Amino acid sequence: MANPLRSEVVRLYKNLLYLGREYPKGGDYFRDRLRAAFTKNKSVQDPEQIKAMIARGEYVARELEALYYLRKYRAMKKRYYEDSKE
Amino acid sequence: MSGRVLVGVKRVIDYAVKIRVKPDNTGVVTDGVKHSMNPFCEIAVEEAVKLKEKKLVKEVVAVSCGPQQSQETIRTALAMGADRGIHVEVSGNDYETLGPLQVSKIMAALAKKEDAQIIILGKQAIDDDCNQTGQMTAALLDWPQGTFASEVTLDGDKIKVVREIDGGLETIKINTPAVLTADLRLNTPRYATLPNIMKAKKKKIANVKPADLGVNLTSKLEVLRVEDPPQRQAGMKVETVEDLVGKLKESGKV
Repeated sequence: MANPLRSEVVRLYKNLLYLGREYPKGGDYFRDRLRAAFTKNKSVQDPEQIKAMIARGEYVARELEALYYLRKYRAMKKRYYEDSKE
Repeated sequence: MSGRVLVGVKRVIDYAVKIRVKPDNTGVVTDGVKHSMNPFCEIAVEEAVKLKEKKLVKEVVAVSCGPQQSQETIRTALAMGADRGIHVEVSGNDYETLGPLQVSKIMAALAKKEDAQIIILGKQAIDDDCNQTGQMTAALLDWPQGTFASEVTLDGDKIKVVREIDGGLETIKINTPAVLTADLRLNTPRYATLPNIMKAKKKKIANVKPADLGVNLTSKLEVLRVEDPPQRQAGMKVETVEDLVGKLKESGKV
């Protein structure tokens, strides 16, 4: 892997690993799939391809944040706010 | 207005955890249970950080009262964008009996000490559901309060607050300094990502004891008993409408 991109990939991996700890199906489930996904693409050399994959990884990170927020929002709304229109 | 915002954050049992009552009915099980920042406190921190990003306030200070672990909650607030933290050390029996009255006395003392213009708190904590700390703090400081805020706009030296109330929305204009409590729809809190948490490690958390602030922590409340809510009774199936009416009459509901 190209040197500057390597640190980006590692940073992305650590970030996703941290985010995945709260995954509803379990941090282990997420971590196993994360490792599988990263090792599958281990041999890719083309910097453009790597950048595209990093972008996809960052997209997944944003999706996770949105998932966590929605879960929390819906739980709070259900607990504290009477739904007048069932 | 370039002032200082004090944000109170509380360490509570995570919202997704299934709560279990202790066998002796004195409280809930907290050992080894996942804790995190109260969701309404997250919204409060987000609002304070937003105000700073809009350059309407100068500094955001995160405050938490509790044992050593409360520092983790302050770290999350720092990762979300607070500038520095204050950990008011309360542990042991004092922590068991710590309630809105004691916390509001601490917040009031800190507000004076730190010369804060705005205090933002979550509207209530998901563990005790008191919904009192913001109101009590405002009363102790004799400051106006904008509670259940779903929209906050700074307008010169006044604050316009849209409040979520039973009938709908109420818009009020209050003077500063003021106390605000955050409701669910005030904003969407940002996630404290790993890079932000790393950066936040450089930010300072000051350690303060309640005695230093001249606050007496004795509580006038005593928890007598904590129980599970009653189990749902099994339902009954009836064959006809007449049966239904008969059963309702029997149980005295009709």
